[in-house]
Amino acid sequence: MEATVHATGHVAHRDDEGKRMGMWLFLFTEVLLFGGLFIVYAAYRFINPEDFHTGSQHLDWVIGAINTVILLTSSLTVALSISAIQSGNTKKAKILLYLTLAFALAFLVNKYFEWGGKIHHGLFPGMEEFKHLTHGESLFFVLYFFMTGLHGLHIIAGGIFIGFILYYINKGEVTSESYTLHENAGLYWHLVDVIWIYLFPLFYLII
Amino acid sequence: METEKHIVDDKKNILIWVDLLILTFVTVEIAQFDFKTLTILIALGVATFKTILVGYFFMHLKFENRFFKTMVFLCLFVLIAVLAILFIDYSYR
Repeated sequence: MEATVHATGHVAHRDDEGKRMGMWLFLFTEVLLFGGLFIVYAAYRFINPEDFHTGSQHLDWVIGAINTVILLTSSLTVALSISAIQSGNTKKAKILLYLTLAFALAFLVNKYFEWGGKIHHGLFPGMEEFKHLTHGESLFFVLYFFMTGLHGLHIIAGGIFIGFILYYINKGEVTSESYTLHENAGLYWHLVDVIWIYLFPLFYLII
Repeated sequence: METEKHIVDDKKNILIWVDLLILTFVTVEIAQFDFKTLTILIALGVATFKTILVGYFFMHLKFENRFFKTMVFLCLFVLIAVLAILFIDYSYR
């Protein structure tokens, strides 16, 4: 802990490392949340390998691959924006964060069309076509909608977090000397990216 | 603690991004081959390698002290251990 004594005698404490540690601890809970779902996925896939294979053939791997590239690029823009804010280039940092938000939106638009197609074909749990699926295929689609849906919510949450960073940069509270909040938003965004890195091969590229 | 400022060069970040794109391409290509369980393990291996790149470079684990690295390792170790036990369990049923 470092204490800075200002001219007024006011003592300001800052614990950047502690703030980042708090974020990492939160990320661990996220890992365990998604980890639990991956364990459920693995168990059901062991029992129904053929059904998971036919289930994944309903998904378009090209859309999945495009979304992977979008998320990886958004991770880059966040990482670049952190370097920019550290070097005091506020304008560049802001542009990069706006780009990240644009990528997040593009990801969600893709997801919207993808889900829309599945729902149109009646594959959402409870719909007509879904009732005719085999037991394993229906498990595949329940997991697909649940896991990509939860991931989509994380994209929205990450977008809101980045929106706050833009607000604080404008207010002058996130600066080249105080940027831990910005780093934490980046950590969250990268985690959302990492989760997708696993979701993509497991749902779209099943052999 | 106000930690030392580590500014990552833009070029380095872009290089990591290019690596990640190449690995995504590898994942898609490998999926064309049917090696059964091996294909899944390769896909997960590549994904884990991508995760390490993101964690180490983008998430700046590189600059964090040993305590951070140990925490992250323990968290991932628990997850991988549980998955491994499940894998062994179902493989020998």
